[in-house]
Amino acid sequence: MRSWKLAKMSMVFAPRLAESAPTSHVGASWSPYDNNGGTCVAIAGADYCVIAADTRMSTGFSILTRDYSKIHHITEKCVLASSGFQADVRSLQKNLDARHQIYQHQHSKQMSCPAMAQLLSNTLYYKRFFPYYSFNVLGGLDNEGKGCVYTYDAVGSYERSGYSSQGSGQTLIMPVLDNQLKSASPLVLPPRESSTPLTESEAVDLIKDTFASAAERDIYTGDGVEIVIINKEGIRRETMALKRD
Amino acid sequence: MTKSNVMEVPPKGGFTFDLCRRNTMLQQQGAKLPKFRKTGTTIVGLIFKDGVILGADTRATEGEIVCDKNCEKIHYLAPNISCCGAGTAADTENVTDMVSSQLVLHRYATGRESRVVTALTMLKSHLFRYQGQVSAALVLGGVDVTGPHLHAVYPHGSTDTLPFATMGSGSLAAMSVFESRYKENLTKEEGMEIVSAAICAGIFNDLGSGSNVDLCIITKEGKEYLRNYQQPNPRSYSRSKGYDFKIGHTAVLSTKITQLRQHVQVLEGDAMEEE
Repeated sequence: MRSWKLAKMSMVFAPRLAESAPTSHVGASWSPYDNNGGTCVAIAGADYCVIAADTRMSTGFSILTRDYSKIHHITEKCVLASSGFQADVRSLQKNLDARHQIYQHQHSKQMSCPAMAQLLSNTLYYKRFFPYYSFNVLGGLDNEGKGCVYTYDAVGSYERSGYSSQGSGQTLIMPVLDNQLKSASPLVLPPRESSTPLTESEAVDLIKDTFASAAERDIYTGDGVEIVIINKEGIRRETMALKRD
Repeated sequence: MTKSNVMEVPPKGGFTFDLCRRNTMLQQQGAKLPKFRKTGTTIVGLIFKDGVILGADTRATEGEIVCDKNCEKIHYLAPNISCCGAGTAADTENVTDMVSSQLVLHRYATGRESRVVTALTMLKSHLFRYQGQVSAALVLGGVDVTGPHLHAVYPHGSTDTLPFATMGSGSLAAMSVFESRYKENLTKEEGMEIVSAAICAGIFNDLGSGSNVDLCIITKEGKEYLRNYQQPNPRSYSRSKGYDFKIGHTAVLSTKITQLRQHVQVLEGDAMEEE
């Protein structure tokens, strides 16, 4: 499972100096990364997938914009939501788009969601030693039309699951999703299978509530939430306002 | 050790910095310092025609998480003096409580109403003695016999005397409002409007500030503390069906029931009489 977690913000590529008398290393040095904050969540159902991300982009204690989309439609049935450093996210999105175009020319069809999942993992690992500072959640419908959610760490380790959250509000939202979508303890009830038994509207309702709660306690989450719902009819988009403080 | 005639000097208090070297060494080895509860804050004060208005937001943060959505940042110092605090919450609360107690004793000793400069001197000498280790940035305001006063106090012990002041992480957002709208001899309503606009600027533009606006208006007639004067941040959404945790949701691994009746029993004599 994912255990690789990038150090936040202060990812400095400096060589280790030989040990000498302890000195205080005061003073900021340049870092190629910045954290623009934000939270992404996805929930997969029997025949739908809901992907949501807040629309706040921030740096340090300031807000850059209240209306930034972290969600990217890569294929007809597959949507990528990413939080972290948005410059790297943008670069990653363009990379995947280009690779998808090539695939379409070579195979005369769109990439399926599991295929895109593997491609994303490979793309991320390709930059293992200068990673994309991007915490991704990929959601869509698989080849049989069932909802699927793939969750990643910054260097490409991934897993298919029934739901996931990433970003600054991850630690606030994940326990609530675990509680509502999976039985609290596998000792009592058998664990449910990877697609969750909520209906589409119940899943959207749960997502709105979890974002509202995360916005209360996480300073980087707020302003608005963009919710994308993929089902056999196509892709639908909803927005909801969140606290702006 | 020979006994000497010199009286043993009691320890003076304040910090001993012996462990700082150990702390830097531990930090270099990768140990993390515990997070303090800070009020990443917006606090402001302004002087108007009849006195002083102080304002503050109500968010307290522990790193990136909001630990208190409605804390009180306007502290009581004296019946005619109040103080807004930014920085480490424990430091602001303790330093204002301490000075408030000292002011009571001072009032008894002098027989007079406390003056703002007295509170100011007590705060600044305490903070300077602790060389900035007490991380309290304050906006001190009040009205005494010499008139209305407003001061900004910094963690290292320096002070500014100003017609309008802002402190905290949201101070730039609030100051932008003050600089555009402040003028001399404001009325109470205008002053309240400008102070709440400044705090709202901090609440909405600074991530360290949020939730509600508290106001405190001090004039020679008295003090008016308006807790949650504005609440511009209600919760945006609540799940329609609520949350329901049925029995069996949490696994019960073992059960042990202890009868309390065994321990509480009047064996002899009367039970407790009613007065």
